[in-house]
Amino acid sequence: MADSPYPEVRCTLNGAPAVLRGHPLTRLLDAIRQTGLTGTKEGCGEGECGACGVLLDGALVNSCLTPLAHAQGAAITTIEGVATGRMLHEVQEAFLECGGAQCGICTPGMVLAAHELLARTLEPTEEDVRVALAGNLCRCTGYMRIFESVLEAAKRR
Amino acid sequence: MIPILDDYQLAVPGSLREALEDLSRHTASRPFAGGTDLMVTLEAGQLPPGRYISLQNCRELLGVADDPSGGVSIGALTTYTAVRNSPRLRREYPLLAAAAGETGGVATQNRGTIGGNIANASPAADTPPVLLVYDAEIEIVSASGTRRVPYLGFHRGYKKMDLAPGELIARIHLPSAAAWLPGRSYYRKVGARRAQAISKVCVAGAIRIEHGAVQDVRIALASVGPTVIRAVRTEDALRGQPLDGDTCAAAERVLLDEIAPIDDIRSTARYRARVAANLLREFLLA
Repeated sequence: MADSPYPEVRCTLNGAPAVLRGHPLTRLLDAIRQTGLTGTKEGCGEGECGACGVLLDGALVNSCLTPLAHAQGAAITTIEGVATGRMLHEVQEAFLECGGAQCGICTPGMVLAAHELLARTLEPTEEDVRVALAGNLCRCTGYMRIFESVLEAAKRR
Repeated sequence: MIPILDDYQLAVPGSLREALEDLSRHTASRPFAGGTDLMVTLEAGQLPPGRYISLQNCRELLGVADDPSGGVSIGALTTYTAVRNSPRLRREYPLLAAAAGETGGVATQNRGTIGGNIANASPAADTPPVLLVYDAEIEIVSASGTRRVPYLGFHRGYKKMDLAPGELIARIHLPSAAAWLPGRSYYRKVGARRAQAISKVCVAGAIRIEHGAVQDVRIALASVGPTVIRAVRTEDALRGQPLDGDTCAAAERVLLDEIAPIDDIRSTARYRARVAANLLREFLLA
């Protein structure tokens, strides 16, 4: 990889400095998964389902629609960076307790979308939660438990 | 799966000036903003191979600013999220904030840009009908200067724009909305579901009524023709008329003659025509 013809992308991945390599139009999704962080999922690959959601400088993005070049200098948070060591994030705890996760494919994106909502909204309403998660599809739970999980996480902090 | 990336190049200039110089040297290059449309096209294997120029570092094209005219100007790289969160746009141009909030989900709104929404030239785009209602002007920049054109007429046909090689959309100017603020305005997008859908029909409108008659009105639609359109003949049928059932029925007939919806993967011409007329009625008789 040292003789890659493409410019290096220097960024922060879950708090640690990282260098990602690849064609500038490589999907950030693929670049992240190639580092071994496979928590970020590919669902639709066209920005409809939100399973590939990550935080780029704190903002939720679909990593399947983000070219690697746009991660230059950015702080990226994937689902692996949400917990602190073995301490789950309050959103993760709430998903566990309220049954917000089933098969798990949508969960990383749901958790990150909820994480972003809670970072910018002190006391979200159910409508706020619905809007924040509108870009995330789940084919298992029917959403109600996911919404409950996010509201529960908001209540606890 | 993603196509062979070696067929593509992505340059990432460090400023607007560098981007314009790059564009003037490589006139076949195409601008690349948030990527929320182009990456989808790329992954579908439908993006034309060639050279693209990322506008990521063109900070000059970010943000909402006061215009000397009393209106507002919006940098082309301003994201939907920034549009939604702008206090001035929410207060004075509420239709734009509403449209930005109905464009995809949060992840799309965080990356997608208002300039990209115009330059992608989709007839189903969500913010362009609002820009038509607000009588926007487009500021276009190239290495050799800037020019300003009315947004009405900027789209010249399906995916055709008044934009030459080497030119970029720099800012969107909206004139003062003060005259419209006492009136009513309307934005409704009808898609397969409420969020994250591409529209089957979208109607934006603003109306001012004085002494029981329509003083002025503007109506624009998406997904009912090869470009977004301003329904000027429908507006003419309304101006000066009392806002009652007869006027509304007449306006609906003109609208149905003025739009040209088609059958496609998202809907049918018949459904689109019916819904467009219903939305017009909802707007007028609210």
